[in-house]
Amino acid sequence: MNTTAMRALIRNDLRLYLADRRAMIVGVLVPILIAGFFGYVFGGAGRSEGQGKIPVAVVDEDHSSVSRAIAADLTADPLLAVSALGRAAALDQVKSGKQNAAAVFPRGFGERTTRSLFTGTDKPQVVLLVDPSQVTAARVVEGLLAQYSMKEISKEAFTGSYGRKAIDRYLEQLEQLKPTPLRTDMRTLLLAARRLNDQSNAGVPADGKTHGFGLSIPYTVASTPVTARDNVPYNGYAHSVAGMAMQFILFAGIDAGVVLLLTRERGVWQRLRSAPLHRSEFMLARALATTLIGLFQVTVIYVAAIVLFKVRIDGSWPGFIAVVIALCLLNAGFGLMLATLGRNASTTRGLAMMATLLLVMIGGAWVPTFVFPRWLQEASRYVPTRWAVDGLDGATWRGLPFEAAVLPTVILIGSAAACLLVAIWRFRWEE
Amino acid sequence: MLDVEQLSKRFGSRTAVDAISFGIGRGETVGLLGPNGAGKTTTIAMISGISKPDGGEVRLDGVSVVRDADALKRRVGLVPQDLALYEELSAWANLQLFGGLYGLGARQLRQRAEAALALVGLADRSGERVGSFSGGMKRRLNIAGALLHDPDLLLLDEPTVGVDPQSRNAIFDNLEELKRRGKTLLYTTHYMEEAERLCDRVLILDHGRILADDTVAGFKRQYLNLEAAFMRLTGRALRDGAGA
Ligand SMILES: Nc1ncnc2c1ncn2[C@@H]1O[C@H](COP(=O)(O)OP(=O)(O)O)[C@@H](O)[C@H]1O
Ligand SMILES: [Mg+2]
Repeated sequence: MNTTAMRALIRNDLRLYLADRRAMIVGVLVPILIAGFFGYVFGGAGRSEGQGKIPVAVVDEDHSSVSRAIAADLTADPLLAVSALGRAAALDQVKSGKQNAAAVFPRGFGERTTRSLFTGTDKPQVVLLVDPSQVTAARVVEGLLAQYSMKEISKEAFTGSYGRKAIDRYLEQLEQLKPTPLRTDMRTLLLAARRLNDQSNAGVPADGKTHGFGLSIPYTVASTPVTARDNVPYNGYAHSVAGMAMQFILFAGIDAGVVLLLTRERGVWQRLRSAPLHRSEFMLARALATTLIGLFQVTVIYVAAIVLFKVRIDGSWPGFIAVVIALCLLNAGFGLMLATLGRNASTTRGLAMMATLLLVMIGGAWVPTFVFPRWLQEASRYVPTRWAVDGLDGATWRGLPFEAAVLPTVILIGSAAACLLVAIWRFRWEE
Repeated sequence: MLDVEQLSKRFGSRTAVDAISFGIGRGETVGLLGPNGAGKTTTIAMISGISKPDGGEVRLDGVSVVRDADALKRRVGLVPQDLALYEELSAWANLQLFGGLYGLGARQLRQRAEAALALVGLADRSGERVGSFSGGMKRRLNIAGALLHDPDLLLLDEPTVGVDPQSRNAIFDNLEELKRRGKTLLYTTHYMEEAERLCDRVLILDHGRILADDTVAGFKRQYLNLEAAFMRLTGRALRDGAGA
């Protein structure tokens, strides 16, 4: 091995990289910007106030104590940003995307709903107008609506005037029917409910606490994001930085391949060929130089991500480094392979860009793979880019141990070796 | 010192070099003259070990390009017809690469690069980007790039193409200096007056064949001058589209 010659080649490649300031800056700045955008859109650095609230309109055509109470509950919920609107305005805003959903309480809702709590018939209808692109948000609204309605309607039944009326009416109906043991029990229950209702309307008791109770869901949910260590919130930037770092390293690999194709067409190629240099030395030097450039890019991108987006390597540092090095090796192999398969620089660049973007998208760099349909999630397991993203995700926000980085690293290095083999097989050195 | 025997190269059905033979003695300066597409560059490429001959042999003091290309390459310096320079890097960085390719250590490389730059008159421009150089300066640096490993045989492929008379003159001074230092030069051109000024011997090549091999004085004796010899031997047909 002519190591002096290889060192000279590597140094020269690094100099060429540094000489093209504009390309170098684009290679690190653009991925940071794009990662910032995607990261912000997909969750940002943990949930903060005002962020991620679901915009919902409430249309109260009933103006009853029940509908007002439900609207107040919805407004107080931290997940929702509620606006009180008329029906037409609400419909407009859902259509234009300003509101994800609108709940319409029709006239008579409070009275009818309290009555049907006892009778189970003649249920009023709450209309939920939904933005079809926001089904998940609509589900959340539906759930909260059910929760708060149940609470307020039952409260009304036992303490409010509609409740009192409903109980009286139901008792009247019972009186007219022939008594059965079940009807007698029901009558006792209703009488007790009426007493409860009377008491709560008799004024504020001495201890100052009203017992305006209602039924509520008899448990609470503490949803804990399963990431990294305890109390580390999901960082949307961690994922997008992984994806964009990968994409732009691959772009640098394409550039390396294209530069090699261009070099062939220049006098420099004659000079390289006239030196006592072997093709294995030449290829290895190129691969190492491309790897080093990739490592430099990743380092800059991740330093920026740590400073700007609070991305943390919450998993294994050795795992992170292993995946990064494997990715850079893959990229070097990829670049060399392009240079050996491609005939001319511009079409090679175009095709390689297209292929890379496709691989990167399937790999989940743009949109996380967990939102993919199942078949695509399965398919993506066959592209190395998916493993790169998974490996980086694992070492960053998922906080996985070193073992989790082993498979991605092995797959990436295997792919790198495959590219390199194709390159060695097809590389035209002799002419 | 250099022996070329029955050297041939084909590109598909076209024979670019057709079984040529010639020799060059140590310290000799030989001009390889021929119109565009004659096969000059292809011949130079085979002698420098870039291009594998389809037939024949090249030997430098008995070392075969076919059998031990590396050993031969270490003793040959190539100045390619197309500028072999990284325009985006400094002159110094270019020379560092070219010297490094021959395994020169840092100190030796520094000495050789300084000497080469001094020879071609670019010592004070070494830190500047090659892209900012004039055509003549690039041509001179192109020559300097072939000198770092101190080769015995220099192959110069149209080293003065596309430069102004002043630069050409400067390049000639450089080549004469190299000649004086005992280097052996093989030099291709289609400028007659250059060959007349510089060469001890001239080979006239056309369609991949050597049509004449004589000293400049010999050509003058037989024809009026080199130009007349060239036109007589290669004919008046235009060589458009025959390649460079
Ligand atoms: N790589 C190549 N592929 C095909 N034909 C070539 C190639 N290189 C040279 N030729 C052809 O070989 C002939 C000699 O070319 P060349 O040696 O470059 O001539 P010169 O240097 O004397 O102008 C020309 O006809 C040219 O078109
Ligand atoms: Mg030529």
